This record gives sequence, structure tokens and C-alpha cells, in this order.
Amino acid sequence: MKRFTFTLVFLLGVFISSAQDCNRSLTGQVIDFHDGVPLEGATITFNNIKIVTDSNGTYTINGLCAVSYAFTVSHVDCNSQVFTIDMSKVTTKDFYLEHHLNELDEVKVAGKIKQETSSSQEQTITTDIIEKYSSATLGDALREIPGVSSLNTGSTIVKPIIQGLSGSRILIMNNNVRMQDMEWGDEHAPNIDINTAGSVTVVKGASALQYGGDAIGGIIIMKPSRIPAKDTLFGKTLLTGATNGRGGSISSEIVKGYENGWFLKAQGALKRFGDFEAPDYVLSNTGVFEKGASVAFGINTFEYGLDAFYSFYDAEIGILSSSHIGNVDDLIQSINSGQPDIIRDFTYEIINPRQEVTHHLGKVTYYKRFEELGKWTTQYDFQLNQRFEFDVRREGGSESNRPSVDLELTTHTLASDFEFDAKPNYSLKAGILLRYQDNVADIASTGVRRLIPDYNKYDAGAFFTGEFDINESLIMDAGIRYDFNRIDAKKFYQESRWDERGYETDFSDIVIDREVRNSQLLVNPVFDYHNISSTVGIQYSFKEEYQLRTNYALAQRAPNPAELFSDGLHHSAARIEIGDLRIDQETSHKLSVSLQKNNEKWGWEIAPYANFIKDYILLEPTGANLTIRGAFPVWEYRQTDARLLGIDAKMYVNWSRHWQTDHNFSLVKGKETDNDVPLINMPAPNFTNKLTFLKEDWFNLQASLESQYTFRQNEFPPNIDVFSQDVREDVELEINTPPDAYHLINFDTNMKFRLGKKNDLKVGLTINNVLNTNYRNYLNRLRYFADDLGRNFLLRISINY
Amino acid sequence: MMNLRKFLAMFFVGALFLTSCSDDDDNPDPGTEEELITTMKVTLTETGGTDTVTLNFFDEDGENGSIPPEDNVEGTLKTNTTYSGTIVLENESEDPVEVVNEEIEREADEHQFFYFVPENEDDLGITTAYTDKESDYRNSDGDLFPSENPVGITFTLTTTDQTGDTKLRVVLRHELIKDAAGVADGDITNAEGSPDVDWVFDITVEDVVVQ
Repeated sequence: MKRFTFTLVFLLGVFISSAQDCNRSLTGQVIDFHDGVPLEGATITFNNIKIVTDSNGTYTINGLCAVSYAFTVSHVDCNSQVFTIDMSKVTTKDFYLEHHLNELDEVKVAGKIKQETSSSQEQTITTDIIEKYSSATLGDALREIPGVSSLNTGSTIVKPIIQGLSGSRILIMNNNVRMQDMEWGDEHAPNIDINTAGSVTVVKGASALQYGGDAIGGIIIMKPSRIPAKDTLFGKTLLTGATNGRGGSISSEIVKGYENGWFLKAQGALKRFGDFEAPDYVLSNTGVFEKGASVAFGINTFEYGLDAFYSFYDAEIGILSSSHIGNVDDLIQSINSGQPDIIRDFTYEIINPRQEVTHHLGKVTYYKRFEELGKWTTQYDFQLNQRFEFDVRREGGSESNRPSVDLELTTHTLASDFEFDAKPNYSLKAGILLRYQDNVADIASTGVRRLIPDYNKYDAGAFFTGEFDINESLIMDAGIRYDFNRIDAKKFYQESRWDERGYETDFSDIVIDREVRNSQLLVNPVFDYHNISSTVGIQYSFKEEYQLRTNYALAQRAPNPAELFSDGLHHSAARIEIGDLRIDQETSHKLSVSLQKNNEKWGWEIAPYANFIKDYILLEPTGANLTIRGAFPVWEYRQTDARLLGIDAKMYVNWSRHWQTDHNFSLVKGKETDNDVPLINMPAPNFTNKLTFLKEDWFNLQASLESQYTFRQNEFPPNIDVFSQDVREDVELEINTPPDAYHLINFDTNMKFRLGKKNDLKVGLTINNVLNTNYRNYLNRLRYFADDLGRNFLLRISINY
Repeated sequence: MMNLRKFLAMFFVGALFLTSCSDDDDNPDPGTEEELITTMKVTLTETGGTDTVTLNFFDEDGENGSIPPEDNVEGTLKTNTTYSGTIVLENESEDPVEVVNEEIEREADEHQFFYFVPENEDDLGITTAYTDKESDYRNSDGDLFPSENPVGITFTLTTTDQTGDTKLRVVLRHELIKDAAGVADGDITNAEGSPDVDWVFDITVEDVVVQ
């Protein structure tokens, strides 16, 4: 198209020129659009004549006729551009060229990835690792990063934990949209298909303030792979098959790019597994059926861009049948018996208890660059999250199609920011955000008391961050952010609960109806929270191979709806969860340091941190409530001051061209500050060692053997005493006692074959838990009922075309 | 420029969404809590006599509530006597009161009651037996169940000459394995399933005092 225009203008020019006098001249400069620097050696071509700019970027063209000309302006670092100029009207013209192509094409400069922050601990996983976990979850893939673990419910519901913290303390950015998918529940996994990501970066702390101020645990940033601004059509299909669960996944994407910046991308993934298996038995009803799709289109040029994106995610997840327990006695029996009490034959069928979650995400982003100033970005996004939890009900049993939880969460977000990046030695970014969220809990469909009430939530935020290059080796970054949150809920309390909590004295003014049927009150809590977060840090590079990063981050997080309002028997967890209206926001002061050395032969990183959290909100078992069905453990939310001290360390050694080893270790200790009582659900220390063999000649062969040792968590809060119907007395419920340490061996290999000019075929084989070891994981909520997964063979085939 | 205009159009549609959603001032529906059992009453009537013993359970605010349930036993059992028993489950938080038995009868093949003295108590020779079967009840289509497994809405309890204080555990399970070994005879060991009721009453067996 461009060539055609060029030819047309050229011919037109020639045609008209024959009739005109031709003594006009054009002067001006060729300038870098980005920072206004004149470009030396830029060429201006027209009618087979070529002119080169001098050291000031200036040029002069003589002997032009009073007609339109098409000038092609080029520079070695830039995209060529064609400017059409009517010489009857113009005598001077400055041409602006798009420099900094790497921002558009993501040309990797010496393997360096653009980082989210300069001074905090962060790590990125890229395509290789993402492909390895194509049939697993985001949380599984992130465990490759030291200091990241996961809180599991079985093997398919995986919530990432960063340096000991999870849930609402971790913010997940999916394609620049903050996920709003009911992250408040322990058995609510991120509603994300990992196959949509091109890279995933974990920032271990709240320092990336442009994304949010409440990331006391950290931020997970998923980005799609960049689409180059050139005429291209490419795609990728990834097939995975696994023996454990007897299923697999297929993921496919296709990308069309145009030289003028337009692009279209479509992606889809399907994942299906039946019952997974522990070494000794089938884990009945643990299958999963997941569907994901996304489309993106838009235009990316240097000056402006418009990007529309929509993604859909749907997952039906079975929950281990034997984890559906009736009362405390069942739980005690499960803990003592050592194996699940329901073991059926393998099946793909998923029955109750199960979850069905759907997430729609749509967004539109627009950006525009201003000469010698920076880039303005505005984004609107919409999310609809629907969650059903099905339970084994008295009526209908495990076949029942009536959910016990039916929540619909709708979120609209509008965000705008301006990045001042024109100056070479500093960049600044300022932005604002508005968000509205609406949660509807449908009781007509469930016939079960709402665990989470209906609410509206309003957020507004503003931030200002900056990065300063003090000298060649020292970078400083700093930022401040303010967030306002208002939650406006309508909740029914049983009068007995209202009195038991002592709410009448503190909250009688929020009661709007005291005459609700069945001795209930309707209350309308409207709570406002003002959160300040800030960060400051430095990055110091020295002796070429060393880098020191130091960061302090202050973050405040307002309580989530579960922490405030949970109230009642959570059937799927067989526990009574009670929130507290008095819970206030938590404040974290986190200091992190990272020292690393990297060279071709070897490298290491040591990253200690200390996180002091005032009014840390935790959920822990406190006792048991007696009901007609027997006793149920009661889990209550409360606040306490806490400190988390930890260290993440890693090392790699390239022993030779073919042999390489990797070593990771992470440790975190979480305690209540006042009484030194350990915090619940803190990851146990773990130590991973990997030996890799590489041989490029053999179709890029890579083979690695990995040893994962997870220590026993020796620091855990005390167990509780509950009344057992079976023995008619109080017994200790070992609900907090962690399982033993375990050691897993994993094997992974892959090869890459070239098919024709542009196509690649990659074949990989992974064996997890090679020795079929029996183990239970402290951070798996189903550890009371069954062992974790046994051996698994995974075959991967990916084709790039 | 066209792009910007398109964008603004979409932007305003979004903004419209934003405002149109935020004006729902209606109060939510309190709804009904289904599957709630507030009240359980086991009545034991002396066969060929009029003496009754009742075991009562009442949980005012249900299993979500903070008020602990209350129970009491009216009357004492006599030695060497057979009682015919019935159980009634109700949800008194509804008006009119919901009789949960009706639902259990409709799904008789998925439910079964168990009545027994807990393992670590002296059973004083007490035995229980079922006196109903699934075929006594009609399913949701109004047809009698073809199967003959016991349900336990009616039963008998027989005492021996031993006297003393003991306990009676009353269990209702659903989705249990009714044909597992011993289940049809009231042995819960292999029954599995999920409990709807699991409560233990204090009972006393006394010698008959002739007046």
C-alpha cells in the first residue's frame, strides 16, 4: 500500500514538474521523535536522488519544483518513513523519525529483559518455562522462581505465594489488567490460562506502584508476546499429553502483523484431565476441564497505538470426593487413617463437590507519544467473574445441579497515565485510576446462606513514580501512591451472630432493617479506607559482573470482603468461617536486598528480606461449633502484628559447554511479633538442585535431572481441641500439624528440529516424581485426606509456523 | 485521528456501563436457607403400652449460628421392653414449619438413619431394628420405590434387664452405600456418605417399678 502511494505521488510529481519552474529549496532537520536529538547520517530519498544529513541532522535540498514530492526518510536505527510535501507551500520541514525500535519489536539487547523496577527483587519466566507448564497452571510455573510457592487445593487449584504471602496480597496483572477474580478465598485460583502469556514477571514486593499499592506480597505481571510491526503471519501449536490424569492440553495461536502496525492475534486452549493419581490410589473426582480463548487486535506504531483485547476463561474443577467431610469426627478419622475413604475407579466425569468458574476480560488501550515529552496511555477494562461451587447436598446429592455458592463479580476500571521518558537520565510516570465493582450473591439459586454478601466497591488511586540514572552504575527509583477504597455492602446477619460478635455496641447505626424474617438483621456497612504506599530503592552495578539492589516499600491493603464479612458454614471446606467488621487495613514495611553476580561461567544471587506487617490479617482455626451434624471447625479472621524474615538464593554454574547446574534455596519465617507464635501456612524451606546436559549439535538437546527437597515446616501455630461425638470428649484436632519432609526427583528433556525454512518442531518429555514418592504438602489444603500426585509422564510437542 | 474517535466512542460506552450499574439501591433478598434442620424429635412408644420417651433436639439459629443447640430427654426407658420409634425432622425457621421428613421420604433410596449406642459406652444390651423400607415411600414422581432397603424413619428399640445410664447416637446420612456389609442391619461402619444428622442423647434404663 505504501509503495503504491509512493509511486503515485512520484508519478504525479514528475508529471506536474514538467510544467513548472524548479528552483525551490527545502531545508530542515531530521530529529529523533523520542528525545528530540538530531539524527546524523539520516538519508532523504526522492526521485532517485539521495541526500544525507550532517552532524547537526540538517539537510538542504535544492532544485525542487512547486509540486508535491514524496520524501523517504531513513536512518539506520529507525523505521523508514515517507513524507509527502507540497513544495508550492513549504520551504522548511523537520522530519521526526521513530527511534528506539526495540520498544516496538522487543529486540532483545544482549539478552536483557526490560525490568519492572530497578531496585526490588524480581524475576521473569519466559516462553520455555511457560510451554513446559502449558497443561498445568500459572501457580505451578511460578514455583520455578525461588521464593515463590503455592497454596493448593488438590493439584488443579493453585494460588501463588510470594515470599510467604498469598491471596489478596498478590496482585495479578493479566495483559495490563488487574485480575478481579475473587482472589479472597483459599480455594479460588487465579482465573487465568497460562497459555495467554508470553512472559511472566514476579516482583517480590509492592515496589511496582503503577500497578497498585496493596501488593504486600508481590505482583505477578503477565504479558503477551510482542507482535513485530512488519508483514508477517505466524503461529504456534502446543500439544501436551500426560499419563497422570490421563489427559492433556492443546493450545494454539495465530498472529498476523502488518508493516503499518496493525495486528490481529487469536489464541485458544483446551485442557482436559480425569482423576489424578497418588502413588497408591486414584484421587477420585479431581478431574479438570478448562477452556480459554483470547483475541487481540489493534495498531501499534511509535506515535500512537490502539489495542483491543478480549479473553474468556472457563474451568470446571473437581474437588477430591473424600475431602467432603461431614464433621470434625470425619476430619479426625481422615487425619488418622492415612488414606482417603473414597477411592473409586478412574473416570473423566466430574461430580460434586466441584467448582465452575468463568472469567471474561475485555479491554481497550490507547496510547500516544508526544515529541520530546513522553507517552500517554489510557485504558478501560471490563471483567465479569462468575463462580459456582457445587456441593454434595442433602437433596440431589453429588448429582445436584444447584450450586451452594453463586457469586457474580463485575468490575470496570479506567486508568490513565503519562510517562515522561524523553530525558536520557530520568523518567517519570504519573497516573490515575478509577474502579467500580459490583458483587451479587444469588441466594435464590443456592438456598444457602450467603458467605459473601452483595456489595459495591469504589476505588480511586493516583501515583507518581520516577527512575533516575545518577551515574553509569547507579540507578535510583522511587514512587508514591494513594488509593481510596470504599466498600458498600448489604448483609444479613443472624441476630445471634450479631450479638455474639458484640456488633450491637459498635455498629448499631448501620442496621437498616431489624425485622428481616428468621431473626435476621439487614445491615449496610459502608467502610472507607485511605491507603498510602511508597517505595524507594537503588540499583548499583559494580565490577562489571555485580549488581546490588536495595529497596524499601511501604504498602497498605484494605481488607477484602471475605475478611470483613465471611459468616457461616463453608460447605466445600467443611468449616465455619467468620470475618470481622472491625478489621482495618494492614500496613507493610518491607526491606529487601539482592546481591548478584553474573558471568558466563557462573553466577549467583542472594536476596534476603524483612517484611514487618502491622495489623496482619490472618485466618486460623480457633475452635469448633456444635451443630446437628456434629462439630465443625471454626476459622476466624483476626489481626496481629507480624514479621516475615526470609532469604531466597540461587546459583548457576556452567561447568563446561555441555554441563550446567542450578541451585535454588528459599526460606521464610513468619511470626507474630508480640508472642513469637508462628503464622499459619508459611512455606517450608526448600532446596532445589538441577543438573543439565546441553548439546547443540544433537538438535539442541537439553536434558536435566532435578532434585527438590522440601523440609518439614517445624514452625506452625498450635492445634485446637474440639469435642468429638465419637469419643464424647475433647480431643486434639491436628489441623495445623504439618506433614513430613519430602524429596522429589524430576526429569526433563527437549529437542528442537527445524522443519523447512521457518518452522520449528520442539519435542519435550517431562517425568515428575520419578520415584513415585508418597508425600503430602503442608500447603495443600487437601493434605488431611490424601497423598499428593504420583509419577507423571508428560509429552510435549510444539510447532512454530 | 479516526482511531482516537473510535476509542472515545468505546470509552463513553464504558462510562455508561459504569454509571448504569451503580444505582441499585434495592435491598437484596434475604432468601430462604434450605436444607436447614432446627428440630429433631425421636419418639419411643412402648409396644402394647402407652409409655413414651422423647428425645428432643433444637438449634434455634441453625448450623451457621453461634447459639449452641439444646437437647433433652423426657422419660426413662424400662427394662425388657420393646419400643416402637419414629423420628421427625423439622425446619422451624420457616413459616409454616417445613417437615424435612417429606424430603427424605422422596429420596428414601439415598438416605438412611442409624440408631446405636456409641462404641465406648456400655450398650446395656440395647438393640435397634428397622421397621420400614424404601418401598413404603413415594419418590418425587409419586411412585413407590421398588427397592426394599431400610430407611429408618420408623424403627424399634429393645432393652434388656440391664439398667443404667448410656447414650443413643442418632445419625442420618445421604448418598451412603446402602448395600455395603451390615448397613441394612443398622451397622454404620461401612456406610460412608455425608451426615445430615449426627447427635448423641443421654438415655437411662430403669427397672419397672410396679405401683
